[in-house]
Amino acid sequence: MILSDFNLLSIRVLVPEIILICSALIILLLNLVVKRKETLAFTGLVGTLVSAYSSFKLYALSLSGSEFMGMFAFDGYSIFFKFIFYINIVLTIFISIRYISIEMASFGEYYALLLFATSGMMIMASATDLMVIYLGLELMALSTYILTGILRKQVRSGEAAIKYFLLGAFSSAFLLYGISLTYGLTGTTNLKEIAVAMETLNLLGSPVFLLGLIFFIVAFGFKIALVPFHMWAPDAYEGAPTSITAFMSVGPKAAGFAVLGRVFFEAFGSMHVQWSSILIPLSVLTMLVGSVTAIAQTNIKRMLAYSSIAHAGYALLGIITGTSEGLSSMMNYMLIYAFMNIGAFAVVIMLRSEGFMGEELSDYEGLAKTRPVASSLMLIFMFSLTGIPPTAGFIAKFYIFMSAINAGYTYLVIIAVIFSAVSAFFYLRVVMYMYMKEPKAEVVLSTSTAMNIALTVTVVSTLVIGVFPSALIELARMSLSGF
Amino acid sequence: MLKYTLIPLLPLIAFVINILFGRNYIKDKAHWIAVPAVLGSFVLSVSVFMDVYAGNVINLNLYTWIVSGNFNVPIGFLIDQLTATMLIVVTSISSLIFIYSIGYMHGDKGYHRFFAYLSLFVFSMLILVMANNFLLLYFGWEAVGLCSYFLIGFWFEKKSAADAGKKAFIVNRFGDFGFGLGVILVFLTFGSLEYVEVFANTGSVLGQTMNILGYEVDTITVICLLLFCGAVGKSAQVPLHVWLPDAMEGPTPVSALIHAATMVTAGVFMVARCSPLFNLSPDAMTVVAVVGGITAIFAASIGLVQNDIKRIIAYSTVSQLGYMFLALGMGAYTTAIFHLYTHAYFKALLFLGSGSVIHALHNEMNIQKMGGLKKYMPVTYWTFLIASLSISGIPGLAGFFSKDEILWRAYTGGDLGKFLWVLAIVSAFMTAFYSFRLIYLTFHGKFRGTHEQEHHLHESPPVMTIPLIFLALGAVGAGWVGIPPLLMDHGDKIGEFLAPVLGHPKGEGTHSEELFVMGLSVLIGLAGIFTAFIMYLKKTDLPYKVGSAFQPVYKLLYNKYWVDELYYKTIVKPALIASDKIFLGFFDGRLIEGVVNGIPNLIGSLGQRLRKIQTGVLSHYGIIMALGALVIIGVMIFIK
Amino acid sequence: MPGTYIPINYLPVLIILIAATLIGLAPLLIGIILRPRRPYPAKLSPYESGIPPVGEPRERFSVKFYIIAMLFVVFDVEAVFLYPWAVAYDKIGLYSFIEMMIFIYILLVGYIYAWGKGAIEWE
Repeated sequence: MILSDFNLLSIRVLVPEIILICSALIILLLNLVVKRKETLAFTGLVGTLVSAYSSFKLYALSLSGSEFMGMFAFDGYSIFFKFIFYINIVLTIFISIRYISIEMASFGEYYALLLFATSGMMIMASATDLMVIYLGLELMALSTYILTGILRKQVRSGEAAIKYFLLGAFSSAFLLYGISLTYGLTGTTNLKEIAVAMETLNLLGSPVFLLGLIFFIVAFGFKIALVPFHMWAPDAYEGAPTSITAFMSVGPKAAGFAVLGRVFFEAFGSMHVQWSSILIPLSVLTMLVGSVTAIAQTNIKRMLAYSSIAHAGYALLGIITGTSEGLSSMMNYMLIYAFMNIGAFAVVIMLRSEGFMGEELSDYEGLAKTRPVASSLMLIFMFSLTGIPPTAGFIAKFYIFMSAINAGYTYLVIIAVIFSAVSAFFYLRVVMYMYMKEPKAEVVLSTSTAMNIALTVTVVSTLVIGVFPSALIELARMSLSGF
Repeated sequence: MLKYTLIPLLPLIAFVINILFGRNYIKDKAHWIAVPAVLGSFVLSVSVFMDVYAGNVINLNLYTWIVSGNFNVPIGFLIDQLTATMLIVVTSISSLIFIYSIGYMHGDKGYHRFFAYLSLFVFSMLILVMANNFLLLYFGWEAVGLCSYFLIGFWFEKKSAADAGKKAFIVNRFGDFGFGLGVILVFLTFGSLEYVEVFANTGSVLGQTMNILGYEVDTITVICLLLFCGAVGKSAQVPLHVWLPDAMEGPTPVSALIHAATMVTAGVFMVARCSPLFNLSPDAMTVVAVVGGITAIFAASIGLVQNDIKRIIAYSTVSQLGYMFLALGMGAYTTAIFHLYTHAYFKALLFLGSGSVIHALHNEMNIQKMGGLKKYMPVTYWTFLIASLSISGIPGLAGFFSKDEILWRAYTGGDLGKFLWVLAIVSAFMTAFYSFRLIYLTFHGKFRGTHEQEHHLHESPPVMTIPLIFLALGAVGAGWVGIPPLLMDHGDKIGEFLAPVLGHPKGEGTHSEELFVMGLSVLIGLAGIFTAFIMYLKKTDLPYKVGSAFQPVYKLLYNKYWVDELYYKTIVKPALIASDKIFLGFFDGRLIEGVVNGIPNLIGSLGQRLRKIQTGVLSHYGIIMALGALVIIGVMIFIK
Repeated sequence: MPGTYIPINYLPVLIILIAATLIGLAPLLIGIILRPRRPYPAKLSPYESGIPPVGEPRERFSVKFYIIAMLFVVFDVEAVFLYPWAVAYDKIGLYSFIEMMIFIYILLVGYIYAWGKGAIEWE
């Protein structure tokens, strides 16, 4: 062990994560003494913003390479994803404040766990070592399991949490198997060294090595909810508090994609033929099951859960290409998805008020007449999720499809476009319910300043990215320069 | 640059403000946002027009929307003579109609929504005419359509209004599908969507053919015909004209702005914009001319016997649009745009006048129940009369100059042109006849409505009549920029102005021929008016006699050639039966309610089946995960 | 030659695995083979201090036991972690000292939190 490699300076790349974890700990302690839970939300928000600022400052140092003996990278790729996570948690906190008090789940732990989960994601995005990936993944996963089940009084919340937890443990086992097989063959858990060992030890055709790769796909596929490893998603998404559904349909998914991209591009880059031939049928299956099953749903949270599965299928195209263009399109996709999906969930949350769930599709009937602003926001988010220009969703899909075409996967794009058209059906059905049906009863909206901020940010981003996408596209491309 | 951007941006801002804050804060003050915005656009448009008049043609790329390899979509404006003319037409008419709407829509519970949609429409229309590439054109094209459906169905509580909106939507799908394909084909052929690049490279594509179902066809012709499909839908030409008369279910200012003056002329504008393409395809031009000529006489003949005041004017619009396409097909693009421009004024005036009448009569639209309104509504009457004289082609008024030019272009356009000229002359007679039938039945004679209505008869408030007066000035004077050279040297200012973009119309004739055509059209117009005068003021039993003497013809016209019924029998009903019988068997229809019920139902039932996999039992989930992993391992390691 | 790589270095691990399994199984097998087998009812009945058994053997424990057990695991792991750190302390220096302090600090927060939440109180 070369301990001299550790130096105090290398800690600086961890500063954003350290700040987040410290804030989480502070929240835990404050929770014991503070009565108003909004204070805790505010603390979490401040912690996140300070962390984001430190990330930005670090980025300005333009560091590259990895610290801690190549275990922890601080590059454009990780910073891009970290900002997705920051956006995710800030928006989640904004949409949570009113909502969790309605759900009577105003626990201080809620915000602490959000911060823990986010720091786990950030560690995943930066990890360049399989063990660190595993650490980050577990930190994220354990926190989200608890968040899923935080509505202790509701049976479905507990059920969702236990399902998520057990299946998550199952997938972690796959990951550990994959790691141990890979370690057994290459003698290292470092991604770059794995790639080197593959060359020197001639592992390209080794079935055991391939087995390790398949185990990784199962484990990461679980996190991003690829069919057939998606079974937990609809139940967990429906049972979890809606704000957490929004949180985990974006954060863990983006983190999963970040890891998938890094592991497959960095460690298994030379096995592109193998892993893409596994991922292609998985992505088609994911799009199929996601968009087709969504049609049969009458609960909007469940529908958005399947929609989220389908979106993972589209975004996976970016990985399948194996090109940096595909990777940057995937990054864009994740960022845009964060805005439009949290926006859609924010509207769902607004409909939840004391004594009214507001989760059924029929609750949206005639909403345009009673709540025109909320329904026009929902309209924009639904258009965006469908991929109708000039919304951001179109840009996301366009670039992903374009990168796949450029990489020669035209048939896959045709399939994806067909499923996109299918998905229009259930997204636009929400719009139809809102605009073409008669209202049943006056719906009370649970608005708050924080909620209004979240809605404004999401809708403005959805539209602005849709109309002026080039800055974002360029940003994602630049982020990959050191990759 | 800011100036150009602001023109469409102002109405957009008005839309955003009104839609967001209209319901709770602005309410009946919505016009304070919308009217200044559109007036601002108008002022800027005038200034832009001055620039262009001074020779400043601008092709401005604001930014590139999408960059991906060789696929670039720039967002930009092309401000040339054609666009400048359209800008003036759109913004001036919009301004007047916005002001008129303050009075007309007063007290409606959707007041702010009305102004919001109307502003959105103006924004979309401005984008449509200012675009410098096909994609932005397409965006504007669909956006104006969307606003049109919203506004047709504005009073959605009324079933007929909601149905009319739906009908407009579906009928336009047919045309827009072709238009979309046309745009895609343009990109595939030219590798660009920018007007400048496309039109500069027409030479290299000339003569290129493509294989469709085994036939080699000229690529440019295919492109033109596909684009023209869109124009047929949007500008309500035969056979897709059926939606426009129904669109009159919308509020009257909407009919005036969208379904008469601006949106429906988008097809004419688009063909004129693509004139460099159409010029290279004589076949496509022939199609355009023939469709235009047939529509002109077809719609005019239906207009002869209708009784709904707005529908008469709607058929008149369809007919006049036919004239414009006739001119386009003859290669006389400048003439078509000239007629578009004059038509916008007198047709908007007719609609607003009819709106004033309907307003006074509390939503009575049947002209058989009107009459004698002249003395109650003098301003409405006189302005309406001016518009009718203008559309009938009475010398000195706007309609005379533009219509006469179209007739002249048709006359000099070879054998086909001569034939279409005959159609056009007959239509001109009908136009004059139905216009004055409308006048006599509405404003002259005795009032035939209820006493209740008679008691409440009143002239509309100034906020409505002042726009009428302004439009009447347009209906008189708008044509003076296009006086034929025969009557005045260099009188055809608009033709010369537009020539750099649209070229000079071809076709030559002698002075005496031109005088003959002009004289004949005036005579025909007067004859139409006179016939109407005899039938509806002097011998009022004559219409009934004529109607019963030519019973079949009357019925044919009254029922609009049974086109709606034909479509219902051949297209709508089979589609409904198919969806009822075949697809509902698969699947409960309550879950999925779409316009089309075919494939979605099939997918839906698949969804129901896939849904069953999600049993909710944890061990099943685990087993499926493990099986998934095993299958992958099996396929990758053992089978390959 | 793809796929021919055999991790020969790990052979001892495999041998130990096999040996451990055998050593575990061997006494049981030997017992089965060697011991006499004479069952009678009193011998087969569950053993409960000579008294006949009362109620089900699988009782539900109070959830408090689990909380205490979990807390115990956390602090137990801390001790396990501290031990090698203390042994190697003179070689790894200040850096690891700070790291260990951070670790203990996090645990301390956890301890205060658990205490504040009343997890340690029995009633």
